[in-house]
Amino acid sequence: MSHLPRVLMKGNEAFGEGAVRAGCRHTFAYPITPQSELAHFLARRLPEIGGVFVQAESEVSAINMVFGAAAAGARVLTSSSSPGISLMQEGISYIAGARLPCVIVNVMRGGPGLGNIAPAQGDYFQAVKGGGHGDYCQIVLAPASVPEIIEMMILAFDLADRYRNPVMVVGDGVLGQMMEPVEIEPGETRTAPAKPWATDGQGDRPAPNIISSLNIVPEDNERFNLDLAVMYAEIRRGEQRCEEYRLDDAELVLVAFGTVARVAKAVVDRARRDGIRAGVIRPITLWPFPEDSVKRAAARADRFLVVEMSLGQMVEDVRLSVEGEKPVHFFGRPGGLVPTVREVCNEVKRITGVMPGAEDVPAATGVDR
Amino acid sequence: MLVEILLAGFGGQGVMSTGQLLAYAGMHEGLHVAWIPSYGPEMRGGTANCGVTLSDTEISSPLVTEPQVLIAMNQPSFEKYAGAVVPGGVILYNSALVKETGEYPEVLVVGVDANRMAEEIGNVRVAANVILGAYIGLSGVISVASAVEALKDVLPPHRRKLIPANREALERGAALGAGGGRAVG
Repeated sequence: MSHLPRVLMKGNEAFGEGAVRAGCRHTFAYPITPQSELAHFLARRLPEIGGVFVQAESEVSAINMVFGAAAAGARVLTSSSSPGISLMQEGISYIAGARLPCVIVNVMRGGPGLGNIAPAQGDYFQAVKGGGHGDYCQIVLAPASVPEIIEMMILAFDLADRYRNPVMVVGDGVLGQMMEPVEIEPGETRTAPAKPWATDGQGDRPAPNIISSLNIVPEDNERFNLDLAVMYAEIRRGEQRCEEYRLDDAELVLVAFGTVARVAKAVVDRARRDGIRAGVIRPITLWPFPEDSVKRAAARADRFLVVEMSLGQMVEDVRLSVEGEKPVHFFGRPGGLVPTVREVCNEVKRITGVMPGAEDVPAATGVDR
Repeated sequence: MLVEILLAGFGGQGVMSTGQLLAYAGMHEGLHVAWIPSYGPEMRGGTANCGVTLSDTEISSPLVTEPQVLIAMNQPSFEKYAGAVVPGGVILYNSALVKETGEYPEVLVVGVDANRMAEEIGNVRVAANVILGAYIGLSGVISVASAVEALKDVLPPHRRKLIPANREALERGAALGAGGGRAVG
């Protein structure tokens, strides 16, 4: 047990706390459930420490304020939930095209459309396959606990600055609303690295810095895209992160991220009591996807079960990594429902044939793609 | 040790803050804790509930779908969640507002006249802490002293004058619970 004082903190507040500890002093956002406490927290906190919080008139406006502050060299954040993140996609593409660092938080809710305010993971494709236009990638981090939200926010700002690229941190309604203990570390604030490219006044420079995503000559733009490709390859090689849980002797590997990964761990504990050797791979980076870990597991395990709060999105990346070596099953609850430990356990028993006769019974509520 | 507790009632009965109180108290005792609210499109006077998990090892799922303990402050909560309590578990209900329905053969069901005791204390709003006290007294899952200590975490500075009434609620509830049955959790 740690000796630092601890407080119970909501996940949404932890996103804000993590941003503050990362040295972020500029946030532009528009409220939306289930992430509003994040904006609340920073609207109060940032002015106390010399920062700025602006409630923009829309998410389109917020992301363009982020564009401006990032160009000026600030560690800058915006946050929203699914529909609001959709509105930001054009701006995110521009920021990626302008080679600017920023952090975007998406506390995902049930969709499509206005959907509902319940927890969901249906924005996986949008986050990892590039929701905006053009050949860009963004780093996507997926914490699974309130303390890890703080850790991931600090990492997000560091990665954004290291690669001059947007980083998205995804949560869901459960993660945003739940409270867990976090340690209070007074005075610990990081600072951004020097940004000689920033448009922060010409100063002693011979010529002004210019930030733009306009590349009108196709040959120039191709060269720019190829440079991006080199960077994306470097990120794919160097930044894959995941947690492996009871994986060493696992015959069945569950793959899940965020809140669902916690359900998956409970499922594995219960399955092992029933004699099923199961483990979990929890992707922490959704992009780059931790394909190396999945490939290693595919060499040893008999089968995979991907569990998501969606119709099945990350399951495609698992299948790409497994490359047909082993069966990859899927269980999901779309639209704002969280898979329960019991129903995933039933699915585990069904696909491993432990529950007699269960093989023939289709999952009651899940969707097997 | 892993205990999953569901607290449910009308909005305004204090179930959210009572759940936080339990989580804070567990945290002070060095346990792993998680608190999770229902946050649907609820309205004043509607139902509210939260789940609290206390564990001596890392908490995997913070979602309380198979509670060992239900604290039901009103009739809709009792009817909605009583059947979800796992065998060997406990239901504590506010007998002023709940009429026990159904059969729960493997569950200890305890009625606590929390409203009456809260009125005796002089503040009906401490009723939820009477029942929490009863649960603590019954189970010994945490100490009453930790719960009393955690009042400072849950009540904002301008509500600290409510600490004595809440303390009395916890202590009188605990005394009631200590005489009420076997240990749980």
